[in-house]
Amino acid sequence: MSAVPLLKVNDVSKFYGSRIGCRNVSFDLFSGEVLAIVGESGSGKTTLLSCLSTRLMPTSGIVEYHMRDGQYRDLARMGEAERRFLMRTDWGFVHQNPADGLRMTVSAGANVGERLMAVGDRHYGNIRVAASDWLERVEIGIDRIDDQPRAFSGGMRQRLQIARNLVTSPRLVFMDEPTGGLDVSVQARLLDLVRGLVHDLGLAAIIVTHDLAVARLLSHRIMVMKDGAVIEQGLTDRVLDDPREPYTQLLVSSILQV
Amino acid sequence: MATPLVVSEVAKSFTMHLRDGVRLPVVANVSFSVKSGECVVLGGPSGVGKSSILKMLYGNYGVDEGQILMEHDGKLVNLATAEPRTVLEVRRATLGYVSQFRRVVPRVSALDIVAEPLQARSVALEDARARAAELLAKLNLPKELWSLPPATFSGGEQQRVNIARGFITDHKILLLDEPTASLDAKNRAVVVEMIAEKKAKGTALIGIFHDEEVRDAVADRILDVSAFSPRKVAA
Repeated sequence: MSAVPLLKVNDVSKFYGSRIGCRNVSFDLFSGEVLAIVGESGSGKTTLLSCLSTRLMPTSGIVEYHMRDGQYRDLARMGEAERRFLMRTDWGFVHQNPADGLRMTVSAGANVGERLMAVGDRHYGNIRVAASDWLERVEIGIDRIDDQPRAFSGGMRQRLQIARNLVTSPRLVFMDEPTGGLDVSVQARLLDLVRGLVHDLGLAAIIVTHDLAVARLLSHRIMVMKDGAVIEQGLTDRVLDDPREPYTQLLVSSILQV
Repeated sequence: MATPLVVSEVAKSFTMHLRDGVRLPVVANVSFSVKSGECVVLGGPSGVGKSSILKMLYGNYGVDEGQILMEHDGKLVNLATAEPRTVLEVRRATLGYVSQFRRVVPRVSALDIVAEPLQARSVALEDARARAAELLAKLNLPKELWSLPPATFSGGEQQRVNIARGFITDHKILLLDEPTASLDAKNRAVVVEMIAEKKAKGTALIGIFHDEEVRDAVADRILDVSAFSPRKVAA
């Protein structure tokens, strides 16, 4: 168990004009930890994720990341080139819609290989081997390596997006509703896959989801958001089995039992 | 003798915000300790808070007041206030739990569900699976089920998977929530024998058993949970 946090979030707020996106969010994330951010639509989950992953600049507050050289860097003060490099190598971002995270008109193999080239890999043979290895890990047949993701089903696209993100061995992965829009049997397969990969690779991950079952299966910790603020947080099974706040009780009691 | 678990003045209530904020006291002033090699059985009628106490000990119910001290990795940890990652670390290395019901993970086989806690302790996959197979065989789970996810298993079959998973590690503290409730006599006897083995190895066990025969066979001490009823304290 590492003693220092990978990500330190201190009093982050984001306003859209006078409207609140998220407010006064603070937490630490350690390597190997999976944090789920739950709450209904419009509660500020995605805004917070965007602020953490530098896709949006917070209005106030500081997000610091523990770089591989052992130093903490304030993400807002990082140069654009350095931030892009971080996003391409040490981080992954899995979008709800795979088309936002993939290049739809290049082959599956190239989608995975591109991230490797971004970190300086130039040997075509090595890149192709790594790409095939990752396609296999996400259960995409090797005979599909030269096909474009346009020709893939939704579930396959999502798995390809995950392979593309994980090929550079990132330490932190952001996921925005990774199973949204997939039918349940496809969801189950993806969840099982993500669960295994997170465990095997020791990744830290922040997963935004409105699906409490997804949070239960994948996360160690939960933050519940409402109206832009974190209203309850803690160990995942504690929050779901013994919810304290009125809104969390409402969320938990609203789950449909199968 | 070592005392790996000490519970001190623990209180718990539920506030039902969806029912106009009704406050339901569950237990108050819960104090007891469990020694290595001892099996303490929580007794008392249904609804008196036995399962709630086990869930607080495991960390999936919050604690309003008091301390739950566990010896973990040479130090004392207060589980009532520990950070989530500390609770998870205690569960990985020190604290095991056999629940009555278990949420099944889609697509994971019974064998791997049982092997997982050992793998989390860095045991090689093949060795963990071999140990899991031994336990499932001992509990008479038909071999053709081992490679299947337990979602479609009968109650007794699922429960044996839970038991094997809980017993596979050498955790110092083991919580048992009615592990024999849906087992036949033959398998009940196997579980009684497995509990005796754990005691001999110095595990501290805390359990709920409604079956009198099993309770008499395993209990060193019966703790009457109705003594912790908050209603009596109020009176």
